[in-house]
Amino acid sequence: MTLDISRDHALELLRDMIRIRRFEEKSAELYSKQKIRGFLHLYIGEEAVGVGAMHALREDDNIVATYREHGQALVRGIPAGEIMAEMYGKANGCSGGRGGSMHLFSAKRRFYGGHAIVGGGLPIAVGLALADKMKGEPRVTACFFGDGATDEGEFHESLNLAALWKLPVLFLCENNEYAMGTALHRHVSDRDIANNPPAYGVPADSVNGMDVIAVERAVHNEAELVRETSKPRFLELKTYRFRAHSMYDAELYRSKEEVEERKKQDPIDVFQARVLNDGMVTQTDIDAIEADAAKEIAAAVDFAEQGEWEPVEDITRHTYARDLS
Amino acid sequence: MTTYRDAIRTALQTLLREDPRVFFMGEDVGRYGGPYAVSKGLLEEFGEDRVRDTPLCESTFVGAGIGAAIGGMRPIVEVMTVNFSLLALDQVVNNAAVMRHMSGGQFEVPLVVRMATGGGKQIAAQHSHSLENWYAHVPGIKVLAPATVQDAHDMLIAALEDPDPVVIFEHQMLYGVDGPLDTDATPPSPWKAAIRRPGTDVTVIAYGGSVPKALTAAEELEKEGVSAEVIDLRSLRPLDRDAIIGSVSRTHRAVLIDEAWKTGSLASEISAILAEDAFYELDAPIARVCTLEVPIPYAKHLEEAAIPQVDRIVEAAKRTVSGG
Repeated sequence: MTLDISRDHALELLRDMIRIRRFEEKSAELYSKQKIRGFLHLYIGEEAVGVGAMHALREDDNIVATYREHGQALVRGIPAGEIMAEMYGKANGCSGGRGGSMHLFSAKRRFYGGHAIVGGGLPIAVGLALADKMKGEPRVTACFFGDGATDEGEFHESLNLAALWKLPVLFLCENNEYAMGTALHRHVSDRDIANNPPAYGVPADSVNGMDVIAVERAVHNEAELVRETSKPRFLELKTYRFRAHSMYDAELYRSKEEVEERKKQDPIDVFQARVLNDGMVTQTDIDAIEADAAKEIAAAVDFAEQGEWEPVEDITRHTYARDLS
Repeated sequence: MTTYRDAIRTALQTLLREDPRVFFMGEDVGRYGGPYAVSKGLLEEFGEDRVRDTPLCESTFVGAGIGAAIGGMRPIVEVMTVNFSLLALDQVVNNAAVMRHMSGGQFEVPLVVRMATGGGKQIAAQHSHSLENWYAHVPGIKVLAPATVQDAHDMLIAALEDPDPVVIFEHQMLYGVDGPLDTDATPPSPWKAAIRRPGTDVTVIAYGGSVPKALTAAEELEKEGVSAEVIDLRSLRPLDRDAIIGSVSRTHRAVLIDEAWKTGSLASEISAILAEDAFYELDAPIARVCTLEVPIPYAKHLEEAAIPQVDRIVEAAKRTVSGG
């Protein structure tokens, strides 16, 4: 099937997926060098979700994400250097070194975190949408969460409240088939996650999350419907994580064969082959994208390396608006 | 004279009238008029958009309050009781309290959460506990416990003006209490303790629903020749260390009243403050009058025996003064 997108757009999508992949590979490398510590959850394999969704949303929309959010943050426009510096724990990181990999924030880009309590971001998204609705802002709040979050009470409560109060939330479920190490069929009674939201009056659909074009279209359609109707909608993005849950994960819960099999659907390989075959993009274009990504990431690492440590004397800063003592 | 509940309603009305960003939500706050009749008439005056009856989902409506506060609104969220608020503890502790810090100062949460606390109404172990110390433990939030009608009004207004998340505990036995209310007076800082009754022999420190008991105890002590100073903490986070240490440095004796269980209580924290910073001022061991280590029982005589009462406060103060 021929793609009905422009060459420029195909290049943008490919560029952003490659930026994420290379950024994540560098992050893993820096983790093994102990430059990055704590938990590190890589987005490798899920790039089409973040890239497709971010390209479909408007700059003025709100984003609430999970602890696996480097991809969304990068495409949203948080500079790679600020993300890397955050993971280094430096003061020039996008959260001032106080959040780390799981807690990327940017007020300027309406990026409301990086949430590491599974399901905990959903009520926040409902509240952001409530604020917009009360102020008459035509904004959509896009809330990312994984399949594991659908087990949480807050998922069900949030769907109910958003539907009851007709709030413009787009619930984006990144179903990568594992709640940490527990496979979907071992943590939900109904493996078809999109069956759930209609029970609360929230229309739901599913899309192949390994296909960046399909994701972009689906998210665009859903987001515009949320905007028009000012009512919540739900979209399941069926994806797969190629790397371990975090750097501590020995992956005892799935076979190497399973992962290798799923890598045949690598969102970057598939899309790249497609646009090359179409003649829309050339190997020279891809080489240029790779060179740019390498440059961007090298600069990001440099920015992080050069960053200052927040002085320990300032440790209580940002606990309250004004220091209580 | 005004009741405590009417003082809160007056403050809610003022806030809703003056600032279009303010809205009020919680379980049964609208059509029902509030479980403690605090918000009676507010739905009729301000409409469904600004006075919102929520589903029974404490975690999500408190979380939605956090989101709305981040999004530029000024929500006031009512949780029916502190026991129910445990379902929302995740949102308060993991989101409201940390958002400013974790985002490097980019997002603030100007949220007010109000809830009833305490025992005395024979509603047993799932409606009567005092868990203020759970919240007061957490950096990033502030905690208030109004004990007077005036404070019930003023603290709500101050909490809403504050850029940080504030949790207000209203003792359920206070809602019907009458007291003077001056809405034109300039209120004292909500973060400072108040001397409700000056005295010279012993400092009785209390907060919320225990303050009236402490004052009654002080009257009885006076009849027996003991002059008790009653400190109302007012703010549970931050704690007014200077007021606590200042009073005990004058009386040299301390009796701490807390309707929470003794183990790990705010009374324990105040004991530690005194031990750290006023050790040489003390002429007698610190006495704590707290709730017995049982879930609050239903039967009246058992409930009364479980929670601090005037006679236990008097006894503790006398013991402290006599050195026995």
